[in-house]
Amino acid sequence: MDRLVFLLATGLARGLVIALFALSLVIIWRAARIVNFAQAAMAVVAVYVAFAVTSLTGSYWVGLVAALAAGALLGLVVERGLIRLVPSRTPLPGMIVAIGLVMVLQSVMGILFGPRHKPMSAPFDERPFVVGSIPVLSPYDLFVLLVALVVVVALALLFNRTALGLQLRASAVAPEVSRLLGVRVPRMVTLGWMLSSAVAALAALLLVPTELGLNAHSADLLFVHAFTVAVLGGLDSPPGALVGGVTVGVLISLVTGYLGAGIVPLAVLALLTLVLLVRPGGIFAVKEARTA
Amino acid sequence: MTMLAVEGLTVGYGGSPVIDGLALDVPQGSVVALLGANGAGKTTLLRTLSGLVTPRSGRVLLDGADLAGVRVEDRVRRGLAQVPEGRSVVSELTVEENLQLGALWRHRSRGERRAALDEMYELFEPLARRRTSIGHQLSGGERQMLALARALVARPRVLLLDEPSLGLAPRVVAQLLAVLRQTADRTGLTVLLAEQNVTSALSIADRGVVLGLGAVVADAPAADIAADPALRHAYLGF
Repeated sequence: MDRLVFLLATGLARGLVIALFALSLVIIWRAARIVNFAQAAMAVVAVYVAFAVTSLTGSYWVGLVAALAAGALLGLVVERGLIRLVPSRTPLPGMIVAIGLVMVLQSVMGILFGPRHKPMSAPFDERPFVVGSIPVLSPYDLFVLLVALVVVVALALLFNRTALGLQLRASAVAPEVSRLLGVRVPRMVTLGWMLSSAVAALAALLLVPTELGLNAHSADLLFVHAFTVAVLGGLDSPPGALVGGVTVGVLISLVTGYLGAGIVPLAVLALLTLVLLVRPGGIFAVKEARTA
Repeated sequence: MTMLAVEGLTVGYGGSPVIDGLALDVPQGSVVALLGANGAGKTTLLRTLSGLVTPRSGRVLLDGADLAGVRVEDRVRRGLAQVPEGRSVVSELTVEENLQLGALWRHRSRGERRAALDEMYELFEPLARRRTSIGHQLSGGERQMLALARALVARPRVLLLDEPSLGLAPRVVAQLLAVLRQTADRTGLTVLLAEQNVTSALSIADRGVVLGLGAVVADAPAADIAADPALRHAYLGF
């Protein structure tokens, strides 16, 4: 029982990071109808920027802001400088270019920073509180929880309560009609990329201190898990990303605890296959309102 | 005074042109019915005017200003609005959100937008009762009403309408066209109305322009077009 509580708590904290990253995939899918396979590599570049800024200034918080800014900037550069030039009639060319970008970014990071994992310290204690005799969440876990919550609420407000959010949603599902109503659709696509990359950078930044450290491949597994979550929850559904993230986080934690870490990739794959077999549109997919 | 002018317009998607050297003048404040059989080039002409399609040659002038190189969203901002054919309502958004979307660039402040939307709810009374309905819950008539309201809420100078009567009951068509005529009379809105429903369109129009294979074959007062049996037979199919 004690073990179960501990595993569930750990799973929740890890799951929220996965959920955040999945949310970034949902944002970009909704804005540009592309699964950005370069999301992890781009996020790691932003974390390297945060690492450098934190080393220079000595402040984790300045580094965090730098990661968000670097993520957004990277999203802007990749969309304007690369993805926009690729034919977008079908989703495939964009995805292939994104995969190419992964290789380029990871190689460049490998050349610049080497293969070693640079340890990154967390801004809060990572040792869990002990309640009764059960170790539960650490202060850092609580910080992650709080950040994830703030981001999710902020995004929900942005998309559902602001004029900008309305334009982002409309240009994603009906670009031509939106243009005919005066919405600057290309600008909305760019903003979607920036927003998505910034959220991904934040998720990667939150993850790294709980892992071995920073390296070009630090977010690779995070991407795989988040992609599973996005498919699980439906690529169009922000609540799906959230619930799916926590589900996968808990699943990973339970499998690691009871069956061993070696089984985790298998369990994640099995879950993905199961969802694709039973509900290919995702568990939270709404009834298809249009075919696009 | 001419509000919308087309000069020597040629449009083609490769192969022989869909629109071939077309010229057209739409006076300010008039309602012009754009008629012609399927494939005559009505939709292509409207899409070229709104900027969705780039012509091979020729000019489009809005109130004297050449629109060459002006993007779709900027043409809208200059007062040239288009209601595209079919179900152009964003079906994932509510009635209120669709209207908001149309009003955003014109009415910057929330208060102004509210007033503009309320005006539309008054003009299209059935929409007021469905504010929070999602687009795909609406009937065909309500959708077309919403598409029209969403264009009018930004107070355009010129409105291009592509087959608003498509799939609607005659009574609903009559209501929509009546609102259109009243708005043109009240506000000086210029309307170019592409229609297959010739009788209805001519009943509210000042002028009729008949397209045949991408060129203007007749351009006359609406009553004359309606009364010309040869023309009706050759180009309008009845």
